Amino acid sequence: MADSRSELTVLLWRGAQEGRYETYKVPSCENQTVLDIVTFVQRHLDPTLSYRFACRVGMCGSCAMTVNGRPRWTCRTHVAAVAKGGRLKIGPLANLPVIKDLATDLRPFFDKWQEAKGAFVPSQTRNDDIARVRPDSAARIAADAAIECINCAICYAACDTVRWNSDYLGPAALNRAWTLLNDERDAGNAERLRAVAASGGCHACHSHQSCQELCPQLLNPTASIAALKRRTMWAYLRGEL
Amino acid sequence: MTALAHRQSVLWIAALVHRLSGLALAIFLPFHFLTLGLAIEGEASLEKFLRWSDQPLVKLAESGLIFLLMVHMLGGMRVFLIENLAWHDRQKELAAVAAAVAALVAFILLARIL
Amino acid sequence: MNVGLYVWQRLTAALMVPLVLLHVVVIFYATRKGLTAADILARTRGSLAWASFYGAFVVAVAVHAAIGVRNVLAEWSPLKSRDAGILAGAFSVLLFLLGGRAVVAVVLP
Repeated sequence: MADSRSELTVLLWRGAQEGRYETYKVPSCENQTVLDIVTFVQRHLDPTLSYRFACRVGMCGSCAMTVNGRPRWTCRTHVAAVAKGGRLKIGPLANLPVIKDLATDLRPFFDKWQEAKGAFVPSQTRNDDIARVRPDSAARIAADAAIECINCAICYAACDTVRWNSDYLGPAALNRAWTLLNDERDAGNAERLRAVAASGGCHACHSHQSCQELCPQLLNPTASIAALKRRTMWAYLRGEL
Repeated sequence: MTALAHRQSVLWIAALVHRLSGLALAIFLPFHFLTLGLAIEGEASLEKFLRWSDQPLVKLAESGLIFLLMVHMLGGMRVFLIENLAWHDRQKELAAVAAAVAALVAFILLARIL
Repeated sequence: MNVGLYVWQRLTAALMVPLVLLHVVVIFYATRKGLTAADILARTRGSLAWASFYGAFVVAVAVHAAIGVRNVLAEWSPLKSRDAGILAGAFSVLLFLLGGRAVVAVVLP
């Protein structure tokens, strides 16, 4: 793509919860990712810039930031695809406390993961035989469809219900709870169902589907949450909750 | 630091319309009940109100209310489908169609009563 | 919003779909020739059918609207969840009372 602009105007969030966007000029190259931009600023323009990354190849989810209003993996976002008129606005992920500049505190995200009982509860010990789980069972297919979450928090940052309702456990935590509900080895499902049926659980979701729209792993938390709603509703009507 | 970009999607707007129409209907309802309750005072009271409501502006408002009711119900059906069928294809088109149907019903009523 | 509130909101919504459709049809029919109070009341007074129809409608909407309002208050206003619930409960009572009065007003012979 012919690009007559030799440099980009990049606004980066500096500060913590309070702060402001500062402007930097970054040379424009072909095949640049947003992570390249941020890295350039930190290395050549302002070493005090704080940001997070790890794998740089779209596997770990650490580099998630808000780019021109949308939460994205910066290592997998090409500048050419998002920079309008040679401008980029990059901020930390929304809905999370800002530690510094572009790095956020993910503890609330993981705390809610625990609250949703998103951790596997074993039903056997190392002395038992390995569980035989059929990959083509309905439950395993349902779990597999939602299992590839790498906790990047993009869905959490995108979700308006998370923003409006501080009790809401969020799409990722609930999505994980759904995969575990479908795990025949798991022994904690009674408590898990209660956790997702409580205030702030799956019923708080309004099916806006921003999570599904923006998940880089192409997961559909809205569908998982919808399944949780059905499961909890029937349990409630049967008096099990 | 608000993220507004993905709030231009048809589905997000559909959810917002659903919420706002619900709010508007909730606010309208007590007045609707009070109006009908005029019949307690006798036929004449209710008749007086009905004649007052013959004005074009009021009829426009009434047709607007029908629109809100239809769009809220159709929006609710949309949510019901998402939650019980977890379908994805063509949701955007169907959301737009639902809004169009609501508008059509309201318009037909307006044409009749104006 | 928890599972209990969710179930009640969805149930009342499902109940109201046929009620709303019939209500809109009634409005279309009633506005055929210009509506007078006499026309309305002639049909509704002493009618068990209309009493049941609109009575059910009032109960359902009192529950449904209140839960919806509770959610909006809890999410969009500074109110805490508990206070939103209390306000919504009061709104539910208001709708139930005013709605019940309206049904009585048009149905009592």
